[in-house]
Amino acid sequence: MELWYTEKHTKNVRYSIKVNKQLVSVESEFQRIDVFDSYEFGRILVLDGYLMLTEKDEFMYHEMITHVPIAVNPDIKDVLVIGAGDGGAIRELTKYDFIEKIDMVEIDKMVIDICRKYIPQTASKLDDERVNIYYEDGLKFVRSKQDKYDLIIVDSTDPFGPGETLFTREFYGNCYKALKEDGILVNQNESPYYPNDAKAMQKAHKIIKSIFAVARVYQAHVPTYPSGHWMFGFASKKYDPVADLKEEWWNSLGIYTRYYNTDLHKGSFAIPNYVKELLGYA
Amino acid sequence: MEQKNAPIYEALEKHRLDRIVHFDVPGHKGGRGNKELTEFLGEKCLKVDVNSMKPVDNLNHPVSVIKEAQELAAEAFGAKSCFFIVSGTTAAVQAMVMSACKAGDKIIMPRNVHKSAINALVICGAIPVYINPGINKRLGIALGMSISDIEKAIEENPDAKAILVNNPTYYGICSNLKKIVEIAHKHNMLVLVDEAHGTHFYFGENMPVSAMKAGADMAAVSMHKTGGSLTQSSILLCGENINNDYVRQIIGLTQTTSASYLLLASLDLARKNLSLNGAEIFRRTVELSQYARNEINSLGGYYAFSTEIIDNDAVYDFDITKLSINTRDIGLAGVEVYDILRDDYGIQVEFGDLGNILAIISAGDRGKEIERLISALYEIKRLYSKDPTGMYDLNYIDPDVVYAPQQAFYSSKKPVFIKDSAGMISGEFVMTYPPGIPILAPGERITEEIINYIAYAKEKGSLLMGTQDMNVEKIYVLEE
Repeated sequence: MELWYTEKHTKNVRYSIKVNKQLVSVESEFQRIDVFDSYEFGRILVLDGYLMLTEKDEFMYHEMITHVPIAVNPDIKDVLVIGAGDGGAIRELTKYDFIEKIDMVEIDKMVIDICRKYIPQTASKLDDERVNIYYEDGLKFVRSKQDKYDLIIVDSTDPFGPGETLFTREFYGNCYKALKEDGILVNQNESPYYPNDAKAMQKAHKIIKSIFAVARVYQAHVPTYPSGHWMFGFASKKYDPVADLKEEWWNSLGIYTRYYNTDLHKGSFAIPNYVKELLGYA
Repeated sequence: MEQKNAPIYEALEKHRLDRIVHFDVPGHKGGRGNKELTEFLGEKCLKVDVNSMKPVDNLNHPVSVIKEAQELAAEAFGAKSCFFIVSGTTAAVQAMVMSACKAGDKIIMPRNVHKSAINALVICGAIPVYINPGINKRLGIALGMSISDIEKAIEENPDAKAILVNNPTYYGICSNLKKIVEIAHKHNMLVLVDEAHGTHFYFGENMPVSAMKAGADMAAVSMHKTGGSLTQSSILLCGENINNDYVRQIIGLTQTTSASYLLLASLDLARKNLSLNGAEIFRRTVELSQYARNEINSLGGYYAFSTEIIDNDAVYDFDITKLSINTRDIGLAGVEVYDILRDDYGIQVEFGDLGNILAIISAGDRGKEIERLISALYEIKRLYSKDPTGMYDLNYIDPDVVYAPQQAFYSSKKPVFIKDSAGMISGEFVMTYPPGIPILAPGERITEEIINYIAYAKEKGSLLMGTQDMNVEKIYVLEE
């Protein structure tokens, strides 16, 4: 008998992973949550049928969504992470002693509970004493905050389902307000490759660009995401992600990473021409 | 009767499975004749887009499944009889007015009615006796009907045939319907209720009293607004004093003889759903709208009003499912907020007038849409708010009705620029849409105040309509 998990990357493209066994499958108030054990990628978290992470390549995504902003501003102390119920972004943030407080807002408590139990690789640092977890809608949480955070990381799912409010103008406008005057916002910005993902990428970037003084995109290779080519957004009230990179400082910290380094940091903001065209920079 | 039945729906399902060969209209023949449309709407939908025939009855002369479905609806709404309407609540309102009045008969109504009511007067020639609905100055909205005004109107017009009540108004304001029925019946007048925005009164808990419960004679209920049926479907309810067979004739004067079974089935299933689940549906609606109201009021600058405006007279009760939000304190007209919400935030609300926006909340909403609305309003306040001084102060403009609507509409008329029309008598309607409450109706004298109001509404971006001139710059006035 063979057991396969299949995700439809488009109507006409399927991506399948051979599964050893299904560890858990539950329906939360917000979505269906599955964890599989696979031969190739280790454990896999799947929400509403969409692959969220695998143990094998999650470091690529989580390192890029966290270390890039921190290497730009050494004074980051208060961080807000929205989404990220798997805990991977939190794990990376806790590598920095100077971060004083990490507020994490995840709408679905069950995702956190399941990751704690089945994917400790990412959830291991959720009990760090600097971490405060709020089980709320991200938009609702952020709209009551003002001038409070140095960094906001939006580690959302897709622009449909429970994460859809995290792709709206009102959300990013409220994030702007919740950031301090030198605040940075980093977001999961979808993929440029398949048309539906590209539309979401364009929309999110257009909204963020209309709100923040600095708005750039950068890329990473995440093999198990559709097309493997993934984008992040870097937005700031003040800092340029490349010109203001504190290269020597960051390297002096001696943080161990497997994907991120400061050369890659600079290079990741160099994007292909077709992506520039999509974003209106060509 | 069993409210879990849905006779029209069941007959259509049976018909679909019977695979009848069609040599009748519609010519698309179950969608085969229009592939693009079938692709768009779905084959299931096209297969039940059928014409009247024996197994599915006929709306103009119902004897089987439509008759049963109407009886089920009458039972569910507590009415003596019910008519399914497929040309909007506009047709239901017109059927009420035309059933109650002939040419020259008087009908008492508030001036802030929907244009469909005054249109009915143009068609049938009845004469309106308008009641000043009064204005809440703080909110800039017209209110309900006060009992003393009605008593005065009855005293001055004892020959009037009916009173038309708009209950609730678009904003959720209710009049003292029971008392109005009592007074009207004492004077042999019928009570007709435009209940377009009140479907939920029949099924929700702790709602304002419904027209049938209050003893009204007829009510036009927009099932498609808050009842869950398809757009354009509506019902007309009748009480004990009404001759149903005459009402059916009146409806037949203008209603299509090719009623859409998609609309009819949607009325049937919506009624079933409301009967079985209505209490829960509207409990959830109230919960969402109360939450949104509290959050919006805590943002500052907005006033989402509620039961505190009840004064036991012109505001006898308030429909808390309505989320009306006054935007004056942030220095923006409601219609400006309405436009920003749609253009910048992708949020479409029901309407914006000069001082307010109205968001329709229903069981179809989820918490996250409500959060988006609240957050977008916060953003609009943060980014666009300005000094509110100099904003238009809405007053009730007491109309000077020189001629009845029908007489004015069919008089010899000439076009003039609206800005030059002061003192002349309008031969047309002018209104902002939505909400579609006429600023001017045929037969009313045009004043400087009205001209200024139209200019201000235009400047703020309201969609004006009603005149032959699509740009609403010229108006046809009576040649005197």
